[in-house]
Amino acid sequence: MLEVNSVSHSQQSESLTGSGDGQPNVAIEFRNVNLKVNQKSLVEDLAFEVLRGETLVLLGRSGSGKTTTLKLINCLLEPTSGDVFVEGTSTRSWNQIELRRHIGYVIQDSGLFPHFTVARNIAVVPRLKGWKENKTHERVRELLELVGLEPQTFANRYPRELSGGQRQRVGVARALAADPPIVLMDEPFGALDPLTRAELQREFAALTKRLKKTIVFVTHDIREAYTLASRIGLFKDGHLIELATPDQFASSSDPEAQAFNKSIE
Amino acid sequence: MKLIDFLVQNRSEVLQLTFEHLFLVVIATGGASLIGIPIGIILTRRTSLAKPVLAIASVLQTIPSLALFGFLIPVLGSHGIGRTPAIIALFLYSLLPVIRNTFTGINGVDPAVREAARGMGMTDWQVLTQVELPLALSVIVAGVRVATVISVGTATIAAAIGAGGLGTYIFRGLRTLDRTLILAGAVPAAAMALLADLALGSVERLLLPGSGASVNRRKWILGIGTLVITAGLVAFFCVGGTSKSGARVVVGSKDFTESRILSEIVAQTIENGTNIKVEQATELSGDLCHRELVAGQIDMYVEYTGTAFTAILKHPPISDPRAVYDQVKADYESLFILEWLQPLGFNNTFAILVRGEDARRLGLKSISDSARYATNWRAGFGQDFMSRKDGYPGFVQTYGLRFMEPPREMDLSLSYQALANHQVDLIAGNSTDGLIEKLGLVQLEDDLHYFPPYEAAPIIRRDTLDRYPQIGDAVNRLAGRITNEQMRKLNYAVDGEKRDVRTVVREFLTD
Repeated sequence: MLEVNSVSHSQQSESLTGSGDGQPNVAIEFRNVNLKVNQKSLVEDLAFEVLRGETLVLLGRSGSGKTTTLKLINCLLEPTSGDVFVEGTSTRSWNQIELRRHIGYVIQDSGLFPHFTVARNIAVVPRLKGWKENKTHERVRELLELVGLEPQTFANRYPRELSGGQRQRVGVARALAADPPIVLMDEPFGALDPLTRAELQREFAALTKRLKKTIVFVTHDIREAYTLASRIGLFKDGHLIELATPDQFASSSDPEAQAFNKSIE
Repeated sequence: MKLIDFLVQNRSEVLQLTFEHLFLVVIATGGASLIGIPIGIILTRRTSLAKPVLAIASVLQTIPSLALFGFLIPVLGSHGIGRTPAIIALFLYSLLPVIRNTFTGINGVDPAVREAARGMGMTDWQVLTQVELPLALSVIVAGVRVATVISVGTATIAAAIGAGGLGTYIFRGLRTLDRTLILAGAVPAAAMALLADLALGSVERLLLPGSGASVNRRKWILGIGTLVITAGLVAFFCVGGTSKSGARVVVGSKDFTESRILSEIVAQTIENGTNIKVEQATELSGDLCHRELVAGQIDMYVEYTGTAFTAILKHPPISDPRAVYDQVKADYESLFILEWLQPLGFNNTFAILVRGEDARRLGLKSISDSARYATNWRAGFGQDFMSRKDGYPGFVQTYGLRFMEPPREMDLSLSYQALANHQVDLIAGNSTDGLIEKLGLVQLEDDLHYFPPYEAAPIIRRDTLDRYPQIGDAVNRLAGRITNEQMRKLNYAVDGEKRDVRTVVREFLTD
């Protein structure tokens, strides 16, 4: 535990100063990554970089491989061949537990622990990292305010006592709890009603600008991609077929990209 | 109401049996939880093991409890009777619900929650202890609850192997055809099952994720539960540990009233004549007394010469009482290092019984007289009679008997009732049985001298006798003192008049 702490803190400070291990601007790199499960290829020949501080939105239909790609980053899945480098080190060389505590993770429906209060949910990673009780407590307050939830009202509630939007805010707060340089988000706003979703997207966009985190965000919603992305990666049948800024993406000649763009005309 | 009167009058015994019962259940289900929950957890990690392990646990549960007890007797050797095999059997029955619920409870945890936990950087152990177990806890407790209710019911059968508990009343009641006694065992057992169900049911609801019970409260509940189980286990091992100390002997008795009376006579004689404490291991069925005596689990019991001669030593039956006694005495000395004391006086041989009305109507006096009616009769015999060398096969051969249909094999005590109720027409009882008079039955004379003598005499372990020679002196003062007539009266006082064994024996000994 102690070892984990010291390592993650030092890497955190590197990410903040922007100076690193020879590739200062690259947070995550995929090098010829393939993943096969039971002879079936889930992703093929992935090769791209995620730059420090950017919000990369992975866009695609259901089953196109975008969630798989996300899980390859925090090593919930391991590549069959090729390497994923996080902060310059292959995920094969990382201590998996250490790696995951170094990366924030938000999933659809938030995946909050139903038997923990809001405060306890947010405190999960700080506790795993062995933070002091009062430091954790302070951090929980700070994060609840950050995501727009009144600490006094919400800290001691259970997830089932929250609305969908509130749960998702807690999910985001939980992912940010230990101040990770990288945050992975898997359709975090997918299950929300359109109004709440738009509200959270707006707030989240503002938040990411302020926090300067590296964010990889999975969605099948092209509007969401345009709202949040600094770059959009388009997935189809396990391949990354387009990686472009929103402006470039809007005028892409790729038929799949055009299909997505058409859907919001 | 009779039942309430009985429970009030015997409240200290009822309480003791209830505690014994509770003890069996708590130790067995506690042990099953301590072992079953980890097994269930392992199965969720090694899913290929899940099917075979759950299948084995299911098969264990389908074994009838009496058969399982019977199986454990030889396997456990010197621990083959009493609490140990009872607890092992109850433990085995409890495993399945605990393992299955742990397995399904953990597998039922929302995969998204589990993935969030892993993605957050929890180790496997942390995922298990911080997420999966707390979320599966109510399902696991539900399994413990099912196991407990099953155990409360099955523990009644444990009385058959001397484990005590409320089943003691049920078996005693079955033997003496006493409905009140049966209810005195069954009703408190049922109440215990219901209470356990309610109590664990509310624990289960409290532990339901998001029930509003705070983490602290849940910890309290778990803490108290663990404490109760641990205290029980400690008590179990302490009881087991101290049971061997002090000037103390254990007198065994078989699972019928006469044997119980005789062990009480021997026990009171020893306690009156020496300063040795006597414990009694009652309700030992079949040849358990013999095995336990050989194993040193008990120090003495009263056996019948004929039983030892044919059932244990496997000699072909002979009819000279003196020859039988001398032979068993010599054989026991050399084969088992056991000492036969002097016979008590009476001869409890098999009694072929018919209804009094039939005997009078048909003028039946001897077994030979009945041979020509037997083709229209049905017979009901105890398991013991059916399986013994000096029992059924030689009996029908000697007298040339043929019944209307193959004899029904039934519990000895139930066969009396079956005869009185015209369900069967002839049974093999015991000549000193108090029920013979109570039900107006008639014993047919063994005119061909088929049945060998069954003189009652105490047997004692050689090492016990060497250590406490005063026991031999005291018990031998009983030699020849109990006649057939007296034995039948003693049996009737307990079976027919429902009087307390201890009191009946005390009166008999002070006469």
